[in-house]
Amino acid sequence: MKATQNITSVHQSTAMPEAVIAIQDLRKSFGDNHVLNGFNMKLYKGENLVIMGKSGSGKSVMIKCLVGLMQADSGSIMVMGKEVAKLNRKVLDELRAEIGFLFQGSALYDSMTVRENLEFPLRRHQKKMGNNLDTNSLVMEALENVGLAHTVDIMPEELSGGMKRRVALARTLIIQPKIILYDEPTSGLDPITSKEIIELMLRIQKKYETSSLIITHDVDCARVIADRMILLIDGVNYIEGTFDELIQINDPKVKAFFK
Amino acid sequence: MVMGSHIVVGIRQFFEQIGELSFFFGRFLREAVKPPFEFSELLHQCYNVGNRSLPLVGITGFIIGLVLTLQTRPTLEEFGAVSWMPNMVGISIIREIGPVIVALICAGRIASGMGAELGSMRVTEQIDAMEVSGTNPFKYLVVTRIIATTMMIPILTIFGDVLALYGSFLVENFKGNVSFQLYFNQVFDALSFGDLVPAIIKSFFFGMAIGLVGCFKGYNCKKGTVGVGVAANTAVVMASMFIFILDFIAVFISDIFYDL
Repeated sequence: MKATQNITSVHQSTAMPEAVIAIQDLRKSFGDNHVLNGFNMKLYKGENLVIMGKSGSGKSVMIKCLVGLMQADSGSIMVMGKEVAKLNRKVLDELRAEIGFLFQGSALYDSMTVRENLEFPLRRHQKKMGNNLDTNSLVMEALENVGLAHTVDIMPEELSGGMKRRVALARTLIIQPKIILYDEPTSGLDPITSKEIIELMLRIQKKYETSSLIITHDVDCARVIADRMILLIDGVNYIEGTFDELIQINDPKVKAFFK
Repeated sequence: MVMGSHIVVGIRQFFEQIGELSFFFGRFLREAVKPPFEFSELLHQCYNVGNRSLPLVGITGFIIGLVLTLQTRPTLEEFGAVSWMPNMVGISIIREIGPVIVALICAGRIASGMGAELGSMRVTEQIDAMEVSGTNPFKYLVVTRIIATTMMIPILTIFGDVLALYGSFLVENFKGNVSFQLYFNQVFDALSFGDLVPAIIKSFFFGMAIGLVGCFKGYNCKKGTVGVGVAANTAVVMASMFIFILDFIAVFISDIFYDL
């Protein structure tokens, strides 16, 4: 039986707003390792979509294909109406200005101060942000949003894991993206800091009305934040629905996630 | 049998590396001429490569000049040829010892530094973060570093040469009471245009090789933190090997010109 035949949708879709991301039949292999075997997904405007899967199930590969960091073998990825694989570098960079990406390990530039880390995307996306930027006030506003205004002139190595994640979130927010991609936002953090990060993500989503795609295997994170969830198993979207719907499914593969 | 297969694998890996390095170099040449140019980052890298290497290159050059003179003096004395000391030291330092030693020191400091820095940026996804920030990381990180080393190594070589000659002069002044003017007059009398130009030209290529290998190893770093150590280590080994190969080619070519 093909893996794609396992797909079950328990989510009764009502009148959903427009899809800002639409992935169709995405396939990606590394040699004989078939990571994505026809993955499909839609992220609607203003929603928080959680994708859960085991380590090595292809979640991060999928999210990297989405921003053009990796090339898929086949399939289509539409972001805000644009086919990512067909964009030239200039148009892709313009599209990336609308997408914020929070990396798993924060990925702060360790040769730069917190201020320089936040200024970097601002200067790079000058076309979107305009030439007469008040970078200082934008940096301070972004840091105040994450409660770390006092760290502006220190180096990332002096920050704790949770603080790094929050600064990375501030760096993501500073370009005012319409979509935010979170790659394991709570991994490696203690439960209290994880909770703080989740609350911060919710606050940001409310304040800026962003659409969020959250890659995680943290059930607590998914329970709090997800409007909708997709379980990525065997390279396909095995099942999707709300947290409460999925937790009641009597399938051993699904149950394994919620134990 | 097992040893034979190891040798085959080793040879194959060597040629694969050379092939990948050639592609990397080709990409560098393409990206280097394509706007936008990262001038401020280039200046920053020139400062990193040049200014921060000055003390090491200066001290090493000075000591090489001292040691070379101290060790050669007794032999020259035996033949009554001490007066030839400035000529001999001048030619050997400017033509060969200066460029090669400075390049090797910089391979140790700069190539390993670039391998480790870019390697750790790769494994901690900083390069990916740069890419999604609308920056071409190859242009920002690699092109600027290779151009910086290409420009700075010749300057560092000249600086190292000057201090090596000064070190040699101090020994001659102390042991043979030779004046500054006499010593350097003799050095410049012994040197010709054909000694200086090939030495400077080859140090450009040494600089390019150091930057290229350091960036290649770091930018393509894999296998997590272990890979960072490997990248730094192999960058030094490979850059040093390239310096000797390039030196051989440079000497071979300049020898042809001398014969003409």
